[in-house]
Amino acid sequence: MKLAQPDAKMLQEVGDLAEVRGRSLWADARARFFRNKAALAGLAVLIGVCLFAAFGGLIAQYERDFVDFSLMGANAYQGSPSIATGHYFGVDIDGRDLYARTVQGTRISLLVGIVGALVAVVVGTLYGATAGYIGGRVDNIMMRTVDVLMSIPFMFVLILMLVIFGRSILMLFIGIGLISWLDMARIARGQTLTLKNKEFVEAAVATGVTPLTIILRHVVPNLLGIVIVYATLLVPQMIIFESFISYLGLGVQEPNTSLGALMSLGTKQMNNGTLWMLFYPLFFFLITLFAFFFVGDGLRDALDPKDR
Amino acid sequence: MADPILSIRDVSVTFDVRPQGAWPWTPSLKLHAVSKLSVDLMPGETLGLVGESGSGKSTLARAVIGTIPQSGGQILYEGRDLAQMTPQETRRHRRDVQMVFQDPLAALNPRMTVGDIIAEPLITHEPRTPRQEVKSRVAEIMDKVGLLPNLINRYPHEFSGGQCQRIGIARALILKPKLLVCDEPVSALDVSVQAQVVNLLRELQAEMGLSMIFIAHDLSVVKHISDRIMVMYLGCPMEVGPARAVTATPRHPYTQALIASVPIPDPVREAARYRPVLEGDLPSPLSPPSGCVFRTRCPKAQPSCAQARPAMEAADPDRLVACPFQEVEEVLAEA
Ligand SMILES: Nc1ncnc2c1ncn2[C@@H]1O[C@H](COP(=O)(O)OP(=O)(O)O)[C@@H](O)[C@H]1O
Ligand code: SF4
Ligand SMILES: [Mg+2]
Repeated sequence: MKLAQPDAKMLQEVGDLAEVRGRSLWADARARFFRNKAALAGLAVLIGVCLFAAFGGLIAQYERDFVDFSLMGANAYQGSPSIATGHYFGVDIDGRDLYARTVQGTRISLLVGIVGALVAVVVGTLYGATAGYIGGRVDNIMMRTVDVLMSIPFMFVLILMLVIFGRSILMLFIGIGLISWLDMARIARGQTLTLKNKEFVEAAVATGVTPLTIILRHVVPNLLGIVIVYATLLVPQMIIFESFISYLGLGVQEPNTSLGALMSLGTKQMNNGTLWMLFYPLFFFLITLFAFFFVGDGLRDALDPKDR
Repeated sequence: MADPILSIRDVSVTFDVRPQGAWPWTPSLKLHAVSKLSVDLMPGETLGLVGESGSGKSTLARAVIGTIPQSGGQILYEGRDLAQMTPQETRRHRRDVQMVFQDPLAALNPRMTVGDIIAEPLITHEPRTPRQEVKSRVAEIMDKVGLLPNLINRYPHEFSGGQCQRIGIARALILKPKLLVCDEPVSALDVSVQAQVVNLLRELQAEMGLSMIFIAHDLSVVKHISDRIMVMYLGCPMEVGPARAVTATPRHPYTQALIASVPIPDPVREAARYRPVLEGDLPSPLSPPSGCVFRTRCPKAQPSCAQARPAMEAADPDRLVACPFQEVEEVLAEA
């Protein structure tokens, strides 16, 4: 043992010279997330759904707006799902290929969910963090504004808007963007209030770091964990929201479609024996929602290790 | 005599506190965290600030670094009133006066690397410093506070409390400040680590010629590092004087009680000494006692103590005591 000591000492010194990479809280969280089986499965499904939405169109045999007049109205007995005909998911009542339409529906539903969540993350976080950090009267005004906006029955307003200005994806995005950030702003503000009293923020104030830099450098990165968790749980909420609107027939306009619109058509045809018109969109709708919920739960456990 | 670097004159700090469950229009209560406190700090001097928890030490420190406004009096840094500084002077004040915090881990942003944390004041005040120089200056200061510079990419949660406090000290010193305010820098640390950190601060102070305000809640930590000591109670100064004099011959009943609360290892002397005991709790700073704030717990309180707040009287040269009934008692045998 005695002989080995100088070696050990030298090894130690060599080790000391090299810069050590630290394990950030993010790296810790990633490790925790990857140990969570349900979350990983959710993530895999989610990646699958995204790939389907992005590249599924490449193997479609028909354009999504191509109408096969010979199948129109005859889809119940001639348009069932089949590899041979190239209508993998069958044909809808108008003689259109359901596979191509499901790909597009999934794409639009995902897009609505993700855009809604992004708006929430960017606008909601910055708004809430600013209100919470500045505090006082500014905080009061900003948060009362949020309260007022929240008290508006948005579903109703959005439906009115869609009726008045016509149905369009843009209108839908505007509507969803307008509501999605409100909850996020409240969450971000609450967190900021606790962060604001942390000593590292006071240290930054004391050295003269400007308020904007403090918000961006010290407040937002510490909010991000909660924000990400909330955002992943917000995506499915937005998808449900959009589906509901589309289900009422007010969302996306033909020939475009979304999962909600497809399901709406599917339920109308339930008595005609074309259950695939409901089954395929419903399947993608459900696995997407479940995947998001599992991933969101996994992220919450990974990013907020306080409970364990 | 040189001009003081910091001059605190009759400073009061009050907080507005909303009474629980009150109507929105009921007026806020005033919490007197610091009331009419005066003290000067000379360049290169260390002032120890002692008092029970809740006596307003941190609040005074925050007023000095300028993160909370005072509600009365003046704080002069190098002769300029903090409340009336031009933006340029404020920048200089923020640069020259740095603080070390009580909770070492809470004072470091958990999402930033140690290198970024230490570099923050430098980047804030000298934004055009080249990256390479920032890095070398961070390494230099880390070396100085006894941290291996190769730990630069680590995160705060990977360090022990003592190391975190060294990181906090490095951040405070990277700009070569003139005044360092240490708010109970060792209270949260293991006893074995406390002495190391105090000694480090002492060495750095001598090396960099810092003025220092060193806060602690008991005298034993403060007396080794301070030139002068101020004892505070409920926001009011009780006794100010040279460290040796205050600890060896305390005159104010509160100082005597504070010192008596520290046991002496020698049982014979322990039994023989005068030992006033502090009974009860600190009164609420929302409604401090009239007259002398210490009178509710003072073993020597007289009826007249409730009349007016006793002035700080010069007992010896350099020594001020806020009690007309002061006398020297043999309370401290441990030197
Ligand atoms: N931001 C604040 N708002 C209201 N009251 C405060 C605030 N900060 C401190 N106080 C009160 O001021 C008093 C003095 O606190 P502090 O300065 O932290 O004492 P110390 O550091 O000596 O323990 C305490 O009663 C505390 O509750
Ligand atoms: S003034 Fe009176 S109450 Fe206050 S410390 Fe002196 S003796 Fe005690
Ligand atoms: Mg304190």
